[in-house]
Amino acid sequence: MSKIAEAGRDARSGWLRSQLRNIAPFVTLILLIAFFSLASGSFATLGNLQNILTQISVTAIMAVGLTFVILCAEIDLSVASIANATGIVVAYFTLQDASVTIANVPLPGWVAIAAALAACFVLGAINAFGVTRIGIPSFIMTLAMLQIAAGICALLVRGQIAYSVPSLIGTLGARSLGPVPWIVIVAGLFLLAGHVVLRYTRFGRYVYMTGGNRAAAEYSGVNVRLVLAAVMIISAVCSGVAGMLGVAYFGSAQQNEFDTYLLDSISAVVVGGTSLFGGQGGIGNTIIGLLVLGILNNGLDHINIDSFLKILIRGLVLLAALVVNVYAQRLRAGRTGA
Amino acid sequence: MPPLLELVGITKTFGGVTALRSAGFTLSAGEIHGLVGENGAGKSTLMKIIAGVHARSQGEMRIDGRIVRFTSPRDARTHGIGMVHQELSIVPDLSVAENMHLGTQPKNRLGLVDWPAMRRNAADHLASLGIDADPNVPVGSLPLGMQQLVELARVLYSGARIIILDEPTSALAPPEVERLFGLLRRLRDAGAGIIFISHFLEDVLAICDRVTVCRNGQTVASEACDGIDKRWMIDRMIGAGHDELEESYLADILLQSPVDADVVLQVERLEVAGAYGDVSLTVRAGEVLGIFGVLGAGQLDLARTLFGLRPAERGRILLRGRPIRLSSAAQARRAGLAFVAESRRLMLFGTEPVFKNVSISILERISRLWLRPDVERLVARQHVQQLRIRPADVTATLETLSGGNQQKVALAKWLTHLPEVLVMSEPTRGMDVGAKADVIRIVRSLREKGLAIIVVSTEPETVLSLADRILVMRKGRVVREFADEPVSKDRLLEAA
Repeated sequence: MSKIAEAGRDARSGWLRSQLRNIAPFVTLILLIAFFSLASGSFATLGNLQNILTQISVTAIMAVGLTFVILCAEIDLSVASIANATGIVVAYFTLQDASVTIANVPLPGWVAIAAALAACFVLGAINAFGVTRIGIPSFIMTLAMLQIAAGICALLVRGQIAYSVPSLIGTLGARSLGPVPWIVIVAGLFLLAGHVVLRYTRFGRYVYMTGGNRAAAEYSGVNVRLVLAAVMIISAVCSGVAGMLGVAYFGSAQQNEFDTYLLDSISAVVVGGTSLFGGQGGIGNTIIGLLVLGILNNGLDHINIDSFLKILIRGLVLLAALVVNVYAQRLRAGRTGA
Repeated sequence: MPPLLELVGITKTFGGVTALRSAGFTLSAGEIHGLVGENGAGKSTLMKIIAGVHARSQGEMRIDGRIVRFTSPRDARTHGIGMVHQELSIVPDLSVAENMHLGTQPKNRLGLVDWPAMRRNAADHLASLGIDADPNVPVGSLPLGMQQLVELARVLYSGARIIILDEPTSALAPPEVERLFGLLRRLRDAGAGIIFISHFLEDVLAICDRVTVCRNGQTVASEACDGIDKRWMIDRMIGAGHDELEESYLADILLQSPVDADVVLQVERLEVAGAYGDVSLTVRAGEVLGIFGVLGAGQLDLARTLFGLRPAERGRILLRGRPIRLSSAAQARRAGLAFVAESRRLMLFGTEPVFKNVSISILERISRLWLRPDVERLVARQHVQQLRIRPADVTATLETLSGGNQQKVALAKWLTHLPEVLVMSEPTRGMDVGAKADVIRIVRSLREKGLAIIVVSTEPETVLSLADRILVMRKGRVVREFADEPVSKDRLLEAA
């Protein structure tokens, strides 16, 4: 009798352990919502929900691509730079106000958008080539790309600011469909598409298997290089789209305006519980991570807190998430070893 | 005089599982003591208790008659216990002298590392053991057998009197084994106690004074080696019903290859510099070609080439008469080749369910874009039944299965759409007798279906129990072919 009870407890604790990476972020989210709702009257309102969702949308689109990369146990540090460059490219090919003295090349809106998409695709392809063909670790390759894309931004705007973007981009980035901002809808569609690809397609399975055990994937005949190349390109294109909409959302295109988004998007994926060692997690985790960070950011503004302390708190939350992430991995490893 | 090391009534449980039940073990000074048993019999748990890795649940351990209880491997080391693991724990990029002094570098008056003293000490120590190694070269540049001797020297240098050797001969060529044995005998004569764990029963008989047999977590017998033979050990290791195994160890096996079947795979003058060269071979449909060689003879690299993992630099590969290019595993799989690697870590996804492990290599056939988990599970269920994989639940996480069952899953992934050529590297390494018999059965049934199968191994038993024809490789060259003739283990070893 006691043995059965023990076995039941073992099974439950085993389940809890294996689900730690999913449960911890979710519990954090619930606690944050409860805390801010009690601490501030202005937090739990429909208007503020709209604020939060709008605030996390640009990060969300970037984080979709980054989720693919991190699931493969790689990293892309160039997401924010590629976003910035793509946003600037789309503005560069759009007719600007007379006050803007950038020597730009106005083109029809759809051509500008196509050129911007091509730009981020090419940058992603260069990342992919460096990582899969030359064999540069993604950490270093994308660090170089971070600099290259920042250089493209600098060359195109030369310290100035552009304001106009094609009308489609303007609508998606800064207008609403009824009460719902278009940018939130786009972010939702990207998250949905990412989830469907990862969970229900053959390519998605290859991403998980490549991240779970790269050697085994290769030895099973999976074209691992192709999978890695694809995720680097997916990441760059997601960043590019985020960059275009971001420029419309901010109302301007200039250097360094996406700098904080690198940390935000990586944080969102990791805080959500996707394993830094690859193979575990997914878009569901990323959504939770986005909400945790978005609510933390927004909620701290609703309670009277030293705005300088906010930065420190965000750092501590990220650290806590990293601890859970690595700890969850070790629990798994411990269970296999026994 | 009390024995050097004595364990009485040792019991060890992990959670609810009993790994050792009232096991006993006695080691005298000046003795080489063999420890044999199937995988999972409790050998390694017993040794880990001696080496301070695990704490015992019950029982007593005495050194020189005094009760000891170790809290850590470090604790065990200070009591004079040293262990040489199968996976050596040397630092390949450091020199022999540095490896021997890891953590104990001599200092000069300035408090800096005293390099001359370090080299001198190392040279003296190696000379006293009769090991002919230059203390100044990186250990990684030495042959494996010499690396092992250096590790043994390090363990002795730290003052060990009780030395545990885990599978020390599994990767050694015969002359290296002789050199190791020579050293072990000298250590024994100098009064050390040596525990020799091995699956290679001939080696145990050749070197040990005494042997203890483990079975099911108990120590079932302990005898002086003078009065026993291999049969005696096998009987106690596994009990009855092992005629097939016995045959493959001792008797001549008559090889018979199907001469009239079509040639499926033909390899002409294949070469990878530094690994092997001038290798030509053919495999026919319904034939199992064994390729035997000691570690480093090149047969494992050859197997990788045949699955596109280590592309050949020279030579041709023809599949059913047509030349093919194998520059990646994905290419090799599409061409109709399959590969089972020597390590499960290279084949399996531990955190994924069984069915995903099986379906990974056939996803391209069952899904163009969308996954079809129901089909995947159905396919996996068939293999699980056919191969008697336990538990029979295809949604079980792979890492919860036992090693032998995992190995079968690794095989299962190639069985849905049968390849034309199946290359297996060390297919039965580390398996217990039951799992070995299962693999032999599976390979035979695949042969009946007309597959061309290549089995490469460093264990003669593996090729003897599986192959219809055997090539022997030595230093990257094919040196002997056994076909349509009797062959036995000693003849194979002689050729290698």
